[in-house]
Amino acid sequence: MPAIMEFEKPLQELENKISELRNFAQEKGIDLTNEISILENRAREVKASIYGNLNSWQKVLIARHAERPNTLDYINCLFTDFVELHGDRLFSDDPAVIGGIGRFGGLAVTVLGHLKGKDTKENLARNFGMAHPEGYRKAMRLMKQAEKFKRPVICFIDTPGAYCGMGAEERGQFEAIAKSISVMVTLQVPVISVVIGEGGSGGAIAFGVSDRILMLEHAVYSVISPEGYASILFKDAARCREAAEAMKITAQDLFELGVADKIIPEPAGGAHRNPEIAAKNVGAALAEMLKELLAVPAENLINLRYEKFRAIGGLVSNSI
Amino acid sequence: MVLEFFRKQKYITVQQELEGRDIPEGTWVKCDRCGEILFNKELDKNYKVCKKCGFHFRLNALERIKITVDEGSFNEMDEGLLPVNPFGLPEYEKKLALAREKSGLNEAVVTGEGTVGGFPAILVVMDAEFMMASMGTIVGEKITRAVEAAVRDMKPVIIFSASGGARMQEGIISLMQMPKTVAALARLGDAGLLYISVLTDPTTGGVSASFAALGDIIVAEPGALIGFAGPRVIEQTIRQKLPEGFQRAEFLKQHGFVDLIVHRPQLKETLALLLELHHREEK
Ligand SMILES: [Zn+2]
Repeated sequence: MPAIMEFEKPLQELENKISELRNFAQEKGIDLTNEISILENRAREVKASIYGNLNSWQKVLIARHAERPNTLDYINCLFTDFVELHGDRLFSDDPAVIGGIGRFGGLAVTVLGHLKGKDTKENLARNFGMAHPEGYRKAMRLMKQAEKFKRPVICFIDTPGAYCGMGAEERGQFEAIAKSISVMVTLQVPVISVVIGEGGSGGAIAFGVSDRILMLEHAVYSVISPEGYASILFKDAARCREAAEAMKITAQDLFELGVADKIIPEPAGGAHRNPEIAAKNVGAALAEMLKELLAVPAENLINLRYEKFRAIGGLVSNSI
Repeated sequence: MVLEFFRKQKYITVQQELEGRDIPEGTWVKCDRCGEILFNKELDKNYKVCKKCGFHFRLNALERIKITVDEGSFNEMDEGLLPVNPFGLPEYEKKLALAREKSGLNEAVVTGEGTVGGFPAILVVMDAEFMMASMGTIVGEKITRAVEAAVRDMKPVIIFSASGGARMQEGIISLMQMPKTVAALARLGDAGLLYISVLTDPTTGGVSASFAALGDIIVAEPGALIGFAGPRVIEQTIRQKLPEGFQRAEFLKQHGFVDLIVHRPQLKETLALLLELHHREEK
């Protein structure tokens, strides 16, 4: 049973009742199949209704859910023969970023992404998926390697943001992110990014300059965290719910804004309730996008990527 | 359009204790670093650098253009582009109106063409007086257009960066200005054209982490704050005070992220020399 979020309480109550009834039926040896199935139907409805009417802040909570499948889960489900590659060849190996080579539907691809942990211990080791410069530099090295061997690149985005610490600044966090963006705008192979959880600001865009930007149904992607937005613009971090709404950060918002190219459906109750189905849906979307992109000659690919980012936000305002 | 449309220069006025002297208010400022009383006229003549300690006051776009571009050579581009408010936030609308009034500019960046020491260049100047020169749609758009113009006209680009980061009120669209501007610079690079990035106080966030970091040559002004995260955010994250000089231009140079630090009075001649060293006679 995954950890329950506040807005899931009605669902939790029903699920508790169902398991109580099951136990009772078993203990007493009575047949409660009918009653149980009525409650199960009810639970399905409640789940669909809760998850069909999420507000932006609730989506933030789902996107950050500790049990939400992370990059490694998707790698394990979707790629065979995965070989993890380490290090930026300059300073160290950043555990907040994972990358390597694997097969996707038989095709060798480079895959990389931010990697959050599933518990406190893992998160401390992975720095909560917040990369240092060496994480971006490792990713760049793998992207250039993919280009050399003409492999498509698949990036999973799942980070609260780039790490804000002394070491990160000393080693040029700004330069690493800028360079990563720069590598991606001219990469001569297809690149697909999938926002699987949190797409946090500069840390996310460093892996997000792609031919296709996909977002899971309950993923979010924003220029600053709702807490940050609220504390700067409302002078009150507690107003993060309001901020989440105002900022337009959900997959649905970003699709409407022309930033996300596709929304990948999640299983009922969110990816964390059924990681296999979530992975299957991600796999199907990746296969579809790869097929489209592999048909495009490299030179067109870069021009189309240019036009894609050139056009986001629309052209343009009023002029005087 | 030439410079006269720009606002009249305004200077910080320090109202309180005039230290007992009969100097009219508004004619002097106190150095942020050493506390020296500096007369505006003299400060101006000295490129807004403190004569006692060398502190570099921030320049607005007009002041920057005036000390950099050859007189009468500057032609502004896209000056009529107005900011956008994609999510229709009333507070943002007010802030924009205030910023436009205060700065006399329509957005936080001025772009144009001109000559520096006789050498033609496309110039991009950010103005921290306009909402801390945060980068929104139109800031990104004007920079991209300027770089595209440089590719078209085969000219080098000089960008004077100053920014507190992304324009939060424009949400994800402001983040998307990072790849947009970087992509334009990639085309400039492919065309074999020079890009000089000049980092001024402060250059942080989405601007430092995109076009500002990608100059063929990166120049910084003395003492300029340069980094990804602002110092306060870092101090909150690590729960300790940052050492003196952290994220300053000199620190950046020491760590290998800046080619050279140039005092403002020498900046124009340095830029002109770099342009000259890359100048190719037209065939
Ligand atoms: Zn001074």
